[in-house]
Amino acid sequence: MLERIFIFLFLPSVLAAQLCKPDAPEGFKVRLSIKTALQDEAYEWDGNERFLFQATLAFAMSRHTRQEFNVSNILVCDETPRVSFWFVVTSPDDPSQLINRGKVEAAVRMSRNRINSAFLLSDETLEFVGILPTLAAPVEPASPPWLIVFGVVMGLVGAGIVFLLVSTVLQKRRKKNQEGDEGDDDEEARVKTAENGCRSDGIYNTSFSEDEPNTQM
Amino acid sequence: MKLKLPNPGLEDRIPSHEDLERMETEEAGDRPQWDNKAQYLLTCVGFCVGLGNVWRFPYLCQSHGGGAFMIPFLILLVLEGIPLLHLEFAIGQRLRKGSVGVWRSINPYLTGVGIASMLVSCFVGLYYNTIMAWIMWYLFNSFQNPLPWSQCPLNANKTGYVEECSRSSTVDYFWYRETLNTSTAIDDAGGLQWWVVLSLVAAWTLLYVCCIRGIETTGKAVYVTSTLPYLVLTIFLIRGLTLKGSIDGIKFLFTPDVNELINPSTWLDAGAQVFYSFSLAFGGLISFSSYNSVHNNCEQDAVLISIINGCTSVYSATVIYSIIGFRATEKYDDCMGGNILKLMNAFNYPENNITQSNYDQVLTHLNHTNPDIIQGLHLQTCDLQTFLSQGVEGTGLAFIVFTEAIIKMPVSPLWSVLFFVMLFCLGLSTMFGNIEGLISPLMDLKVLPRSWPKEVISGMTCAISLAFGLIFALRSGNYWLALFDNFAGSIPLLVIGFFEMIAVVYIYGIDRFNKDLEFMIGHKPNIFWQATWRVISPVIMIFILIFYFVTQITKKFTYLVWDEEAESFPTLAERSYPSWIYVIIFILAGVPSLAIPFFALYKLIQRKCCKKKDYVDNTVDTISAKIQMNDKIKF
Repeated sequence: MLERIFIFLFLPSVLAAQLCKPDAPEGFKVRLSIKTALQDEAYEWDGNERFLFQATLAFAMSRHTRQEFNVSNILVCDETPRVSFWFVVTSPDDPSQLINRGKVEAAVRMSRNRINSAFLLSDETLEFVGILPTLAAPVEPASPPWLIVFGVVMGLVGAGIVFLLVSTVLQKRRKKNQEGDEGDDDEEARVKTAENGCRSDGIYNTSFSEDEPNTQM
Repeated sequence: MKLKLPNPGLEDRIPSHEDLERMETEEAGDRPQWDNKAQYLLTCVGFCVGLGNVWRFPYLCQSHGGGAFMIPFLILLVLEGIPLLHLEFAIGQRLRKGSVGVWRSINPYLTGVGIASMLVSCFVGLYYNTIMAWIMWYLFNSFQNPLPWSQCPLNANKTGYVEECSRSSTVDYFWYRETLNTSTAIDDAGGLQWWVVLSLVAAWTLLYVCCIRGIETTGKAVYVTSTLPYLVLTIFLIRGLTLKGSIDGIKFLFTPDVNELINPSTWLDAGAQVFYSFSLAFGGLISFSSYNSVHNNCEQDAVLISIINGCTSVYSATVIYSIIGFRATEKYDDCMGGNILKLMNAFNYPENNITQSNYDQVLTHLNHTNPDIIQGLHLQTCDLQTFLSQGVEGTGLAFIVFTEAIIKMPVSPLWSVLFFVMLFCLGLSTMFGNIEGLISPLMDLKVLPRSWPKEVISGMTCAISLAFGLIFALRSGNYWLALFDNFAGSIPLLVIGFFEMIAVVYIYGIDRFNKDLEFMIGHKPNIFWQATWRVISPVIMIFILIFYFVTQITKKFTYLVWDEEAESFPTLAERSYPSWIYVIIFILAGVPSLAIPFFALYKLIQRKCCKKKDYVDNTVDTISAKIQMNDKIKF
């Protein structure tokens, strides 16, 4: 009778020891890097934190499988000072049965965010070895921003070109009107006018040219 | 050395001192003029200070013995850079023409020198503005957070990142794939990349709007483009010095290694850097100083601009290396952090048990006790010196190394915008000089009708250059650019520079030149100028030219490609040039250099066969010959 009581008392823990061990077939290794993530505000890993872990995982399993999981269904073992440990999930109906690895993975994936926030950690600092975090898609804005900036710059440049060309044309027209008003004064003024009129083309200084001059020998 | 080659008819071709005085007082309006001295100085500083100061000088400094490199650099600056600069300023101010006009005035057989300058300005301008286009592309892409080169795109089935990106790095991928979309060989042309074409269009139209009326508009633009880089460099210096690891970078840069001084390639690189950094032999400086007043003190200008150029090189090297030191330290920390994490995970040590300081101890201890586990971890070797000396020259510095540093800084888009605006201003002010060196000779040669306004000429130049520049928008564009950079902007410039010195000192005559300088600035140039112009600088030029030529010939004829299939990926792979490249190289380097003797020969033949019409050359020295008769005069 007494032996049976002993067996009943120690069976769960013995079973637990057998079910949860490093490299368990349906188990996962978890690694936390609390100091890296939180530096000064890092908390110590103790029994309460472990309890929180069991609770959040039970929450994740319940959410995914729509069965009721209890804290006692999450078995944790092989804790190291690194803060890493192994865990397995037992079925609520039969504590000696382990939940399939795939189901656990799916449950964790589904509630990853919630699990991370419970510990104030992120995908990198709360590592489930073997469960890759879903990659965040790179931020892609609707219209490429570079085209917008390009458009703005080209608009300004185009406006600048138009403005400068128009002002040149206006300047030329103003000069032509000025010349038309200036009457025929003495010869020198006429000569100077002619030379001024050529200003935009440049004064053709014949003594420097190699072409035939106006007056030939 | 009173050697002077015979040069008949020189007096007729150049304005005399009296003519110059008269032109000065009468305010001849045909030639454009600077609004004030500041514009002229800023334009010359802008032309000289370019991208080379930011991404070539720091690399040379660091690879040739750091602080010790200053010695050959400064010596050659004084013996080669300043005399050549003074020469170009003085001859332009005296003869008041662009590069072709100046050399043609000195002696018609020397027209080739001016034409060579024009061709080199053209080739260099083509590829230089492509770099501007790339800078603009990065600038346009800097207005977003997070920056596009900080993340890898996902692959087709969204299970991981694109393989090319994960094997190399995000900045490499953005540069080689998303910007250049580079092919694997120069003969694999690929198609035109529309975004690069758009950036090219932006670069050329922006250049056009600044150069539209010649120095009238560029003179206004340089107030911004020449001063903004200094402001940004200072901001980066302050930012850089507050970052971790910047002092390591500066120490790495300036640590002297005196043994490098014995190495001849150090002196060769210093000489070449001084020469190219001053933008000599492009013809732009001659044009710019021809718009000055006759009595402008060009000696002072030359010394001032040389000092500014040298100081800017050193200053920007400091800034660049402070940021590179930061990047190297970040990479080192990441590398060590990765190793420490692997060790901690493998041996389940608590966090913060292994730090960078006790890493080596712990590793040796663990290696003794569990060598097999350590083997299986594949720990990386982290060496700060390796990270500091990683590929830091040319486009690699700006678009890969520096962009990587920027994404590690907080508020990255701001730093990215500032950096690329600075690079853009540096390059744009250099392009002003290039365009000047291209358009002035065209107008001197009178190939274009006189009636065309300046706006049309600059517009056509920009449009035609854009059309030719499309070659750099191909997938193999980067390789073409490297080819142009290597051959168009190197040997021809040295040849032209050498002939410039010979022409002024021995064909124009150093005596006449001295008298001109006495007339212009009030005193005869002292013994330093005489010695350098007559002997020292030409000798240095010949040395550099010969050594450069020899190193180019003996170098392996290969280029570096980005090839995903290559073994060395992500390091660039070496590939040999196809044989038809020789034709291209001949066009780039040979044609400008050979233009000098070719035009001399051409003029000789012209003279010989037109000897019968000799009387044509005797112009009548009367008023009626000088005034252009046209319909506008009504008697």
